[in-house]
Amino acid sequence: MAKIGVFVCHCGENIASMVDTGTLVKAMSDHPGVAICNEYKYFCSDPGQETVKRAIREHNLTGVVVAACSPRMHETTFRKACAEAGLNPYMLELANIREQCSWVHSEKNQATSKAIEITRSLVEKVKRNNELKPISVPVTRRALVIGGGIAGIQAALDIAGAGREVVLVEREPSIGGHMSQLSETFPTLDCSQCILTPRMVEAIQHPKITVMTYSEVEEVEGYIGNFTAKIRKKARYVDMSKCTGCGDCIQKCPVKKIPSEFECGLGKRTAIYTPFAQAVPNVPVIDKSRCTYFKNGKCKICEKSCQIDAIDFEQQESVETFEFGAIVVATGFQIQDTSVYGEYGYGKYKDVITGLHFERLASASGPTAGKIQRPSDGKEPETVVFIQCAGSRDPSKGVKYCSKICCMYTAKHAMLYTHKHHGSNSKIFYMDIRAAGKGYDEFTRRAIEEDGADYLRGRVSKVFEENGKLIVRGVDTLLGKPVEVAADMVVLATAMTPQPDAKQFAKRIGIGYDEYGFYNEAHLKLRPVETAKAGIYLCGACQSPKDIPDSVAQASAAAAKVLGLFSREQLEREPVVAAVGETTCAGCWGCVYACPYNAIEKKDITDRNGNLIKQVASVNPGLCQGCGTCVTFCRSNSIDLAGFTEKQIFAEVMAL
Amino acid sequence: MSEPFEPKIVAFVCTYCTYAGADLAGTSRLKYAPNVRIVRLPCTGRISPMFILKALQKGADTVLVSGCHPGDCHFTAGNYHARRRWTVFRALLAFTGIPEERIRFSWVSAAEGAKFAEMINEITEQTRKLGPFTQYQELQKVIETQSTY
Repeated sequence: MAKIGVFVCHCGENIASMVDTGTLVKAMSDHPGVAICNEYKYFCSDPGQETVKRAIREHNLTGVVVAACSPRMHETTFRKACAEAGLNPYMLELANIREQCSWVHSEKNQATSKAIEITRSLVEKVKRNNELKPISVPVTRRALVIGGGIAGIQAALDIAGAGREVVLVEREPSIGGHMSQLSETFPTLDCSQCILTPRMVEAIQHPKITVMTYSEVEEVEGYIGNFTAKIRKKARYVDMSKCTGCGDCIQKCPVKKIPSEFECGLGKRTAIYTPFAQAVPNVPVIDKSRCTYFKNGKCKICEKSCQIDAIDFEQQESVETFEFGAIVVATGFQIQDTSVYGEYGYGKYKDVITGLHFERLASASGPTAGKIQRPSDGKEPETVVFIQCAGSRDPSKGVKYCSKICCMYTAKHAMLYTHKHHGSNSKIFYMDIRAAGKGYDEFTRRAIEEDGADYLRGRVSKVFEENGKLIVRGVDTLLGKPVEVAADMVVLATAMTPQPDAKQFAKRIGIGYDEYGFYNEAHLKLRPVETAKAGIYLCGACQSPKDIPDSVAQASAAAAKVLGLFSREQLEREPVVAAVGETTCAGCWGCVYACPYNAIEKKDITDRNGNLIKQVASVNPGLCQGCGTCVTFCRSNSIDLAGFTEKQIFAEVMAL
Repeated sequence: MSEPFEPKIVAFVCTYCTYAGADLAGTSRLKYAPNVRIVRLPCTGRISPMFILKALQKGADTVLVSGCHPGDCHFTAGNYHARRRWTVFRALLAFTGIPEERIRFSWVSAAEGAKFAEMINEITEQTRKLGPFTQYQELQKVIETQSTY
């Protein structure tokens, strides 16, 4: 005989203000099988949980329904409470009368009767719940970190530092990411290379880290603790084991005028190249599409110049397969295509550049060796106009969000420019100055008060050329007047956007993304580095626009999550898995076909002499993920899914 | 005078996308019609046509099936199975004489709280126009009269 306890939570005012909890309690008390029904302000609180536990013990309850928030919120909380009171944790259901009732309706009677129906149907379900035991699966204690920018490097170092193996995959020829392109970093103005390159070297030298550059993650299969990843190593045409990074080949390469991606096109590179001098690993790659030998079949000058025969034109790309227990995604961002701002003349006028171009100009290792020079004629600009939010916070250009870093780097640019070129003139068009962060507001104040950055509040409507000057036409909304500035150079604070292939990649590894392509965390506030797919974690700008301190903090958080997972050899998993009724299974193998995880195998049923009687389907609970597709597929109703059995669901529907 | 007709909609949704989308509608405090009852399942692949028929038999005026967008299924391919099953089931519906408008199929992701709220409002309005679904009850009456022979 079922003895169900129903606990109606007020959630403060959240539920009680829209659902008449008294009526709900009365209705449930009269429902057959309900042994006790209580209401309380916060059942998730300590005294609330105590009430549930006491009721389980006193009334010998066989099942519990908590009518409260979404099971996505507090199912785990109450399962734990049940277990502590000696009731199997899977004899619990949460009736969602908050997210799906009180919060979305505005008429009390209707909301109350809906809450009664929701709760009633789950009481009927819980009567048919079965006691389940969690499943143990082994954990492969090796992590895959995808993306070798500062976030990926930090996560890899933290995981490896705790003694676990890491494979760090980067698709470019060198690790370092966008941070390696930056000049100085806010708010301390320490040089980016100086703080980043030691970490890059540390990563490649670490005995627990395998760095795979010029490689891409092709496929990820499996589940938490047991992922299999295929990693494609692109052909470098240089033998990594031989190359010493002397650079002879780069000097001799006859194809010298390729715009360098690392320099944002402001500098040139050769066909055999390392992206930048401090690249890690310091091993060049041959750009097949530009190499004279690959195009015409003749040249091989690099091969002749290499004294240790490290050049290998026959090298093929290869695919390697690894087992992992956890994955950290740190694939980063790109900057928005500024061609959407035709009115600012980007692409038309050489001296209209993006913030990243400015970083390269200001960088000591950049194409101008740190001198701020106009790309058009190499002259030092007298007046530079910075346009903030060139892309961000502009729904008409498809970017509604704030890119977060631009206010800070624009202030930094104005500062660097004044430091390098005294008596210069920088004007900044802005919407708001968003400088929230440690030392950030002080930094922007310094730009204004000490380095004379001239901030104009307003938008720019147009940039055009007149008598060798770039005329920036905008509005100063504080004065309420249109303004025109004759500038020598214009710098656009371009929006941070997801990588161009972010969505495809997310689909490949099975994680969610938002409308732009930034990856979704499991919970914005409480689970910010986990994804909805267990065992896959996020860090850095692939999740949302972020500066360096935030990316590093998130990377360490992701590493902590991975290490938490790796602290055990076995992992307990929810027992929501399918099982086959062998007596009725006819062996049609429809389930085998339906299963996306290859979790169903054929099993021989023999008599006591070992003669084969028949073959039936058999579910491997370690591989089964509990989607239930096989259950619906089964022609003879022989498979059922624990936690969502046919009986439970029909009972739920019947009670609605 | 009988009471004015209030449609009853039963929604079978997957826990990873549409259920989360419905939760998001809640956390965003979007108001929608109170006529829907949600049944949570792990995946749309778990949804049997029998659930739909049972819901109609129990007095649902419209049944909604909703899950992750194609390509976004948490379980890789459950929603494709659901879609294929729906295509076959639709033909069977026509044969049994249940109008196709009584069953709705849609994709709502965990980020689409607003879409969920709008969809429920739209389905409620449409069902109001269609009127109550009584075919099953009438059939039940016929069976009862016949069994008296």
